[in-house]
Amino acid sequence: MATQAPARKWIGQSIPRVEDPRLLLGRGEYVTDLVLPGMVHAAILRSPLAHARIASIDASKARSLPGVLAVVTGREIKELTNPMPDFGPDPSKHTWWVLATDKVRYMGEPVAAVVATDRYIAEDACELIEVNYEPLPVVVDPVEAMKPGAPLVHEPLGTNVAYSRTFVFGDVERDFTEAEVVVRDHLRWHRSGAQPLETVGAVAQYNPATGMMTIYCNSVTFTFLLFLVANTLKIPSNKLNLIPCPAGGSFGSKFWAVRVPILAGMLAKLVGRPVKFVEDRIDNITTSDHHGSDRIYDVEMAAMRDGTLRSLRVKVVDDYGAYIQFGVGTHGNSLAQVVGPYKIKSVQYELYAVLTNKCQQGAYRGFGSEVTNWVVERMVDLVARELGMDPVEIRRKNFIQPHEFPYTIPTGNMYDSGNYPGVLEKALQLADYQGLREMQRRAREEGRYVGIGLISAQERSVFSSTEFWFWFDQPTGITSSPESVTLKMDPMGNITATLYSQAFWGQSPETMVAQVVAEEFDIDPSQVSVIYGGSAGGLPATGPGGSRFTIMVAGAIQGAARRIKEKMLKIASHKLEVAPEDLEFAEGKIRVRGTPERAMTLQEVAMLAYLFKLDLPPDIEESGLEADYTFDHPYTTMPAPDRKNLGVFYPFVGHACHIAAVEVDIETGQHTFLKYVAVHDAGTVVNPRSLNGQIIGGVAQGLGTAMYEQYVYSPDGQLLTGSYMDYLIPTAMEVPKVEIGHQETPSPFTPYGIKGAGEGGRMMTPAVVSAAIEDALAPFGVRVNEVPITPEKILRWIEEAQAPRP
Amino acid sequence: MADMHAIRVTVNGLPYEATVESRLLLADFLRDHLGLVGTHLGCEHGVCGACTVILNGRTVRSCLVFAVQADGAQIMTVEGLARDSQFHPLQEAFRDKQGLQCGFCTPGMLMRAYEFLQENPNPTEEEIREAIAGNLCRCTGYQFIVEAIQDAAARMAVASR
Repeated sequence: MATQAPARKWIGQSIPRVEDPRLLLGRGEYVTDLVLPGMVHAAILRSPLAHARIASIDASKARSLPGVLAVVTGREIKELTNPMPDFGPDPSKHTWWVLATDKVRYMGEPVAAVVATDRYIAEDACELIEVNYEPLPVVVDPVEAMKPGAPLVHEPLGTNVAYSRTFVFGDVERDFTEAEVVVRDHLRWHRSGAQPLETVGAVAQYNPATGMMTIYCNSVTFTFLLFLVANTLKIPSNKLNLIPCPAGGSFGSKFWAVRVPILAGMLAKLVGRPVKFVEDRIDNITTSDHHGSDRIYDVEMAAMRDGTLRSLRVKVVDDYGAYIQFGVGTHGNSLAQVVGPYKIKSVQYELYAVLTNKCQQGAYRGFGSEVTNWVVERMVDLVARELGMDPVEIRRKNFIQPHEFPYTIPTGNMYDSGNYPGVLEKALQLADYQGLREMQRRAREEGRYVGIGLISAQERSVFSSTEFWFWFDQPTGITSSPESVTLKMDPMGNITATLYSQAFWGQSPETMVAQVVAEEFDIDPSQVSVIYGGSAGGLPATGPGGSRFTIMVAGAIQGAARRIKEKMLKIASHKLEVAPEDLEFAEGKIRVRGTPERAMTLQEVAMLAYLFKLDLPPDIEESGLEADYTFDHPYTTMPAPDRKNLGVFYPFVGHACHIAAVEVDIETGQHTFLKYVAVHDAGTVVNPRSLNGQIIGGVAQGLGTAMYEQYVYSPDGQLLTGSYMDYLIPTAMEVPKVEIGHQETPSPFTPYGIKGAGEGGRMMTPAVVSAAIEDALAPFGVRVNEVPITPEKILRWIEEAQAPRP
Repeated sequence: MADMHAIRVTVNGLPYEATVESRLLLADFLRDHLGLVGTHLGCEHGVCGACTVILNGRTVRSCLVFAVQADGAQIMTVEGLARDSQFHPLQEAFRDKQGLQCGFCTPGMLMRAYEFLQENPNPTEEEIREAIAGNLCRCTGYQFIVEAIQDAAARMAVASR
């Protein structure tokens, strides 16, 4: 259990971000800025077809183009590499290679790679490669893909259903039998994706004399699993060094994005020179391996007439695309908080993970839990509509109460702490909910279509690895997901912290580390320097993702700081002739409690530690002040063997209430925001300004998912939204001004009581926007059951609602 | 050999001469030939605005301009904003308001804001939103960028008084 220090000096302060000065000067040192002596450039040839057998490839013209060093096709790939790492079910039956070998399975799948002296020539050479495709029937509709006789994406699998199972948690039958009201709906969440402005890139260098492969890239996660990358590259695990470069955004999409560094590594080894491969935008949009969830739901919610929610039955078909690298981990996220903040007693979850001829899914801010939030909130609103209840009233009635934590939900996951009524009340006040309703009443009298949405939902943080394998009874999988840090206080008393994963992908790891280290030693954050270590010689690290980073790094810092401080106290105790327990770290010194003038500066102690061995107490064996610490998940348990309880796997659970008011123009289907309020509870807040930035940025992405963004595939598998002309990312004109409030309910299980908070905005906005649009169109009785809510859909829904019933 | 052309440009006050292929993009010229890697390429099809630079006083998307088209031009990039490692007021405001997260769109955003504040030194929030609507930011949701540009306008008004 964490100690809850009452007063803190640095945690909770909106200090300016440490990362910003270099970014503002254009000195971000992104991977694409990196130049190595002798470096050459790679480009890939992508498949123009969604499903086709590769009959032949003739690369002779490309190979003879001046400036081309090498062309690699699927024909050579099995000699150069092993299959890609794959955490999905039965990888041997849907084997994934870095380039397509026998056939292409989606439009954009890499077919060949070229290395040339510059990128322009590499792309010229790609155009000279002649591929003879034999087109195969395409399957893009996951429901069609499930049917017998559908074209198979992977023949060895014998089906396109890569995984299916029905889980029952609690007494669903009884709850539905006893229910007085059951609402049902068919819900559709279309595929969108993170689309960071920087794509995935790598610069690889191979030394044939030492066998050492060094790869600079912007997607270094799971450093303790990089032996899998080494295996794909056919090199020994101790000859691979992945060095993280700052990433220009990720939002999940650089989470274990290993195809690009593997491709660069393979090519560097082949040509004997450093190779840079940076995806262009079309690569990233068509073949990032990180499209988001793509789900079709049939959902039933059981309730009582007084509004008490009882049970939830979910059938979900998820279109994973052509491969399934993370298995169904995105549904682990769903099950982490499938009942939302409500005391729903039982859940049935029937899942079909289907393969189609599309880019495969990966991670996108929320990792599937944002979809579940939308589904649960849509269904709660439907119950409220059925019963004529206000959205506030039904939520208040069903909230888990502050005194009921820690609270175990039917799936077995635990919610650590919370104050949902408190968050709701703050949001209602901040939005002036009654005032909004009054405004809405007047607007309706004027014939305007104004709607108010209100949602209250969960933000789980710090996943356990169990969520990637508890789907299967056998085999079981890994249970570690550590994060490490090395802290070093130098002889001048300044501190360097080394992080070991893709620490910077747009959030504020250096700022957070500076604040936590400053808090631990009571020094100024400016005395802390942060560097990013490579994987070789590094410590095990998982990297950001699932809003885990702040908690996990804070834990690692606390552990390392404790070791350094113990040693410093011994030294100071020896020098000051005072017992260590009578000393304290305060204001950059170690001083005697109650006699602050008796003190040594940290610099004085550090100098002794490094340079004056003969002045040290005899029980100090080593000079220096350096400590490593690997922090493991602070609270996770194994799933039950029968999987009726999945154990604790995502326990630090934040909460938010969002309220939005919109006006819809029923002639054009356009909408305007009149109000947007977000109140979050992320436990103890480290840097309020940065957290607010995460929330607003998440709202903008959630708005994209809710209203604008979709990877649209035609029936023949062509990506129709393959550029930013068609894939519409919200601009400053679309994103509303967000008014933010905070409630701080510390977690009892994490360092300082912090909860993760990187994803909350996107996990709330689709639900609240859907509710607001539906409320605006309430005079027509429109039901919003699909995102994105494009203007065409709004007009169609109104038209359908007005059409005479047969 | 491909068709090559001699060009002369002034970038951030310094003169450069180079011989370049006609198809070389201005963005790649700045980044790969001059080593000015502060200008970023986000989409390479003219939508995201990350590669925005100022060419003869007006912003352009350097992914949509060929280097040869810039022959004889005065160019300003993000590297030209700070003077003697002193932040420009725009940079100060972006830092203080946290008008950035990953920093990838930031150089383009700064160039657009620089141009815009020359045109409109005292803008409203709505005018700022419209002015930067051609620059995508995937991290911030724009709100702190808008605040930063408002703040920069105030700082620059004080500075010019």
